[in-house]
Amino acid sequence: MKAKHQRLLLAGLGLVAVMGASGLALSALQDEAAFFYAPADVAGKPPPVGRAVRLGGMVAAGSIKPQPDGVSINFVVTDGKATVPVRFSGIAPDLFKEDSGVVAEGMFQPDGSFTATNLLAKHDERYMPPEMAGKMAAAETLEP
Amino acid sequence: MIAEAGLAALWLAAALALLQLVLAGLGLWMGRGARSTNNVRPELVEGRPSASTGVSLDGSGSPSTSSGQTDGSERAATAAQLIAGVRPVAIVQGLLAALSFVLLILLFIRSDMSVVLVAQNSHSAKPLMYKIAGAWGNHEGSMLLWVTVLAIAGGAIAIIERRLNEATLVATMAAQAAIALGFYAFLLIASNPFARLNPAASEGAGLNPLLQDPGLAFHPPTLYFGYVGLSVAFSFAVGALVMRDVGPAFARAMRPWVLGAWIFLTIGITAGSYWAYYELGWGGWWFWDPVENASLMPWLAATALLHSVTVLATRDGLRSWTIMLAVVAFSMSMIGTFLVRSGILTSVHAFAVDPSRGSFILALLILYIGGALVLFGWRIGSVKQGSTFELVSREGGLIFNNLLLSVILGIVLIGTLYPIVAQAMGTQLSVGPPFFNKTTAPIALLLMLGMAVGPMIRWRRDEGKELIGRMAAPIAVALAGLVAVFVIAPDTAILPLLGLGFAFGLAVASVAPLWKRNLRRTPLFTYGMVVAHLGVAVSVAGMASEAAFTQEKLVAVRVGQVTQVGPYSVVLEGIKPAVGPNWSALEGRLRVQRGDAAPFIMGPQSRFFSAPPTVTSEAAIETVFDGQLYTVLGQPDGEGRWQLRLWWKPFVTLIWLGGMLIGLGGLLSLIGRVVRERRIPNRMAAA
Repeated sequence: MKAKHQRLLLAGLGLVAVMGASGLALSALQDEAAFFYAPADVAGKPPPVGRAVRLGGMVAAGSIKPQPDGVSINFVVTDGKATVPVRFSGIAPDLFKEDSGVVAEGMFQPDGSFTATNLLAKHDERYMPPEMAGKMAAAETLEP
Repeated sequence: MIAEAGLAALWLAAALALLQLVLAGLGLWMGRGARSTNNVRPELVEGRPSASTGVSLDGSGSPSTSSGQTDGSERAATAAQLIAGVRPVAIVQGLLAALSFVLLILLFIRSDMSVVLVAQNSHSAKPLMYKIAGAWGNHEGSMLLWVTVLAIAGGAIAIIERRLNEATLVATMAAQAAIALGFYAFLLIASNPFARLNPAASEGAGLNPLLQDPGLAFHPPTLYFGYVGLSVAFSFAVGALVMRDVGPAFARAMRPWVLGAWIFLTIGITAGSYWAYYELGWGGWWFWDPVENASLMPWLAATALLHSVTVLATRDGLRSWTIMLAVVAFSMSMIGTFLVRSGILTSVHAFAVDPSRGSFILALLILYIGGALVLFGWRIGSVKQGSTFELVSREGGLIFNNLLLSVILGIVLIGTLYPIVAQAMGTQLSVGPPFFNKTTAPIALLLMLGMAVGPMIRWRRDEGKELIGRMAAPIAVALAGLVAVFVIAPDTAILPLLGLGFAFGLAVASVAPLWKRNLRRTPLFTYGMVVAHLGVAVSVAGMASEAAFTQEKLVAVRVGQVTQVGPYSVVLEGIKPAVGPNWSALEGRLRVQRGDAAPFIMGPQSRFFSAPPTVTSEAAIETVFDGQLYTVLGQPDGEGRWQLRLWWKPFVTLIWLGGMLIGLGGLLSLIGRVVRERRIPNRMAAA
């Protein structure tokens, strides 16, 4: 194979690879980019049941209810505009408390509730997920 | 006084970096027309035959009158003097930066609360190891570590590197100084680690307890060695571009740095993964956290670079592609630094949230990467075509590997940056593990296929039919593995199933290059490749096994109650208090038994730290030959029950064992290469 042809072939392969990567990434992004929801986002159109997503907001005051099995809790996530009931089975993080930010990982159920498999509270006094910071700021300015 | 001395050392080092840049630049500029009267080396004039370009080294454009020659030799003498100064300056600069960093560590050891950084990140009651680690467990200290490693690396090049031609080396050191200058400026202007606090604090704020772990104390330096090693490779690429000296000699000089950086990145990522696994108590080993991605992206680029630089060094192919990858690899470590240090994203790992620092790093990022890309675009046309090869050849296999690695890198990059770009356009969103798993896993499997085939192909050209014959054994083993797993566990999901099958096949294919060879005469770097590829197979087997066979139990138990998880029965015997140097804890006493074997005790803890006030979970993990039992103690439910989370993870340890094997393979290759280069002196000068 001549050098020129080889270079052309390599450049072509590279181009195909880059386009393939972008195509794959973008098509997957269409499906998976909406990974983080605030209660207000799902009030109108909840995401498909069964897809792993994150739900973020504040734990509503007085809403944490330990369940009789000893490992599950029910609570309500709010962003000031809407609320979502959440059921979580597992060991809640130590910084998980009422009136505090939380990110729940899990899936929405057909009845609009959320089943969490993992809870992320802030890791220390400096930590808050950036999506949360944005949503909370929006919620606070909208409150009467 | 110590803080002032440290700051002074830092200023001096910065001044020397500037001097290094000026000396090298002036020396090269003055020497450009006069080099012909100096000792001309064949590789210097190889670049381009015409003198029409600005920095032609062959001197054919200069007038050849006698006076011109005298001028030329004077200029050459001055240039030689200037250039002779570059090495000592680089060495002293490295020493001064190191001094500055040592002084910072000293401040932390003495718990000098009159220094802002110490007061904010340390506490007098901390164990000594974490006082020392506290020096880099924060934004300013870690940036000082970054620049210190960079400066020491520059000094090391000045001392060690004797084989690359002088002009290329000097241009490399100029590039190195330019990078260092940016970071010195960043430290001195935006992040002074030695700033005083007046009045001094009576006590420090302490270190985040999550960071108080031996693994994490040494995790950032390891990654930084990797990042900085890539910056050296980048400097070599810039030097080679400036001097139009892209060839095997340059590749051989660059390769140890790429290898070294890659080894540190591999170890850093492996250790970081294990740390997250046992310290966070979530039982997961990779979260696609943006900060994890920030270390994965340079690793992917370095892996591609490592393979393409080998083609350049041994076969003189892939010249411009290798240069491009060196630029990309360093860009990835800069983007990593930017993501972690800018506060643009907040994660478990990110420290300060400070937009001005973020913009400073962003400016450096644009300056370096943009500059390198401009230089690349301007000069790459003058890099001569290297030697050619057929597509079915070792080179072709390595190109396949490079393309796939680049594709994975592109996907991770898009997934990591997309939320930031979207946010800039006013949309809040985040990209999570579902995206990354779905997109990278199939390509990773394809990559494993390439890894299995690649080492069995001959250089330059090979026959497809013969190749298939050589692949028979690995393919058979992979199929047998697939069938075996399917028979034993028919419910296994498709990706873990394929992962296990591919891992078996790759394991066999990795050791195949040693088949029928004289093992004592096989070079060390061949063993390195075998071990590293075997490590990938081991790691993937661990990942697939963890994904497919993990069993989880979440229970609330009273004292004396029995729980079954995997092959184990677990009894909670009681809860007792425990104390450490700067924490107190509740410890669950678990009596664990497997079949009829002797029972043993495990003690997961819930730890309370007073400075800063934080509670952390300390998982208790029992490692056995076929996996790990992972236990976490939760909260009491108020009715005498305690939450327990138990995982049985078969063969999960293979993930990190594989990572260590990959790193060990890199180390063997590095040693093998260095030994061989020593044994064949001046091969480059003769080339």
